[in-house]
Amino acid sequence: MPYDDAVIHELEVKSLAARRLIIDAVHHAGSGHPGGSLSVIDILVSLYFAHLHHDPRNPDWEMRDRLILSKGHSCPAQYACLAMSGYFPIADLKTLRKAGSHLQGHPARGKTPGVEFNGGSEAQGLSGAVGMALAIRLDKRPGRVFCVLGDGECQEGQVWEAAMAAAHYKLENVTAILDRNGLETDGPTEEIMAIEPIADKWRAFGWHVIEVDGHSHRQILEALDAAKEIRGRPTILIAKTVKGKGVSFMEGSLSWHGKAPSEGEVVKATTEFDLYEKRLRQSYEEKVGVRP
Amino acid sequence: MTEPKKLLIRNPRDAYSQALIQLGQENPNVVVLDADLALSTKTKRFGTLFPDRFFDMGIQEANMMGVAAGLACAGKIPYVSTFAAFATGMTYNVIRQSICYADLRVKIVATHGGISVGGDGATHQMLEDIGLMRALPGMTVVAPVDSTEMEHAVKAVAAAQGPCYIRCGRADVPELPVEEPRRFELGKAQVFRPGTDVTLIGTGTMVFECIEAAERLDEERIDARVVSMPTVKPLDVATVIAAARETKGIVTAEEHSVVNGLGSAVAEVLAENHPTRLARIGAQDTFGESGDPAILMQKYGLTAADIAARARAIVAGPPGAKRVPEAKR
Repeated sequence: MPYDDAVIHELEVKSLAARRLIIDAVHHAGSGHPGGSLSVIDILVSLYFAHLHHDPRNPDWEMRDRLILSKGHSCPAQYACLAMSGYFPIADLKTLRKAGSHLQGHPARGKTPGVEFNGGSEAQGLSGAVGMALAIRLDKRPGRVFCVLGDGECQEGQVWEAAMAAAHYKLENVTAILDRNGLETDGPTEEIMAIEPIADKWRAFGWHVIEVDGHSHRQILEALDAAKEIRGRPTILIAKTVKGKGVSFMEGSLSWHGKAPSEGEVVKATTEFDLYEKRLRQSYEEKVGVRP
Repeated sequence: MTEPKKLLIRNPRDAYSQALIQLGQENPNVVVLDADLALSTKTKRFGTLFPDRFFDMGIQEANMMGVAAGLACAGKIPYVSTFAAFATGMTYNVIRQSICYADLRVKIVATHGGISVGGDGATHQMLEDIGLMRALPGMTVVAPVDSTEMEHAVKAVAAAQGPCYIRCGRADVPELPVEEPRRFELGKAQVFRPGTDVTLIGTGTMVFECIEAAERLDEERIDARVVSMPTVKPLDVATVIAAARETKGIVTAEEHSVVNGLGSAVAEVLAENHPTRLARIGAQDTFGESGDPAILMQKYGLTAADIAARARAIVAGPPGAKRVPEAKR
């Protein structure tokens, strides 16, 4: 199903709004992971606003699709999407990582509505996804399970155990998305512990692989739709992304993996967001021929 | 001398299998996972009867635990089995982060705990599992004394909303000579035999060694109370404190390290509530080795004789003190 420009534009607007919330939340928290949150946000916006069957007013809806953020440190991105969807007030984002807040530094099931599985230790989310998918299939329910992974995370053995199991159990209701931003904490993934050829590895483990631009909502959605048609095996989207995407001084940077922006840096980022917002609107208006 | 009772001998793993099957028949949400040891843990029969609900994950324990967590999230009641060393070792962070921190109702039933595993040697003789599990917030930890208690425990945890860990050994076990029907309650110890001089608290099959130790002590006119304490967490604190108040000291016995298991749990309670002489029978902070189980139990100090010796010393008082006169009956 082709996605028309209006839908894509809406998603780009939402992504921009989410980026503002991410920067704001991490700044207020004084700690957190902006780089990986910014690289994954377009993927999450695509999922939450144009693909997942879910009901923010009913997080336990039995028929829902489930999303596990296995790269749990990027939870500011997930929290922004959940808040914007209406799972909890947007104002809560300012309480990220504060004592007593439901917004924990890494996703906590049972604390934050919409969080399906604990995150934080890398590499456990895909196992959880396999378990949920097995349960859903046993019950003959329609829900699908989505698991968002990091590329550094793919160094961890348990990811491959889960990958093996998902293929073994022919879990076509599992779709993984790999946020391939190329960087981990200590350096580029290929320097620390090379994971390439990563697409080949997932194929070798029996998965259907689709490579996409992780900042193109259209490509992401078309790939997610394609995944729904695949039978007998799970699918992974390998989404090429830029760590820190959307904030020029964070893009491609190692130092923004786990650091909160200062007041001044928030101002700089906001200026960039404001400029981008203007350009986004202008280019859309040009595209659809709206009188300026 | 009384005629030795003819005791029924069963294997707790068979009892586990039977209990699982019964649970599976009663509740379609019960699912079972194993890691290529279904023939040994005896979950295999559940798998034969309910193939859709049985997941032999192969040799990937960490994933297995995570899958169990996912199943629990989506409404299932997972029982997960493998050997104790793998159930708690390969998986520790997954149990901690995915299961306990989310308070999920995953029931881990581990077999082959303790040194009596025998020939396989130290890597398979898990002596730290109770300690590892006890340290986790929200985890219930049970070492049933015999097969009947295993059946009760497996069924009792079915209704538990949070995570549970049950462990047994490899060997056949006699049935505890108590009246049936058995009463089993999670978190409650049972005083098998009253006594006033010293208390022997055992968990799992070490209760039998405690019973034999008490019979030996009888011959020396030392009146030992024997307590079966299957639940190590939450500990039956009242029973421990009563023993401290009413007898001269406590000997704990477990087929487990003296570090972090039953002995440590009891020590914690005593130190804070009623400091009392305590001796911990268990593996003395050591790994096991390959060997015949009976020989290993002797070599590693896990017999009735070892328990009786420590009990004797407690009753005799601190070193150098006068020997306490014969206990009154």
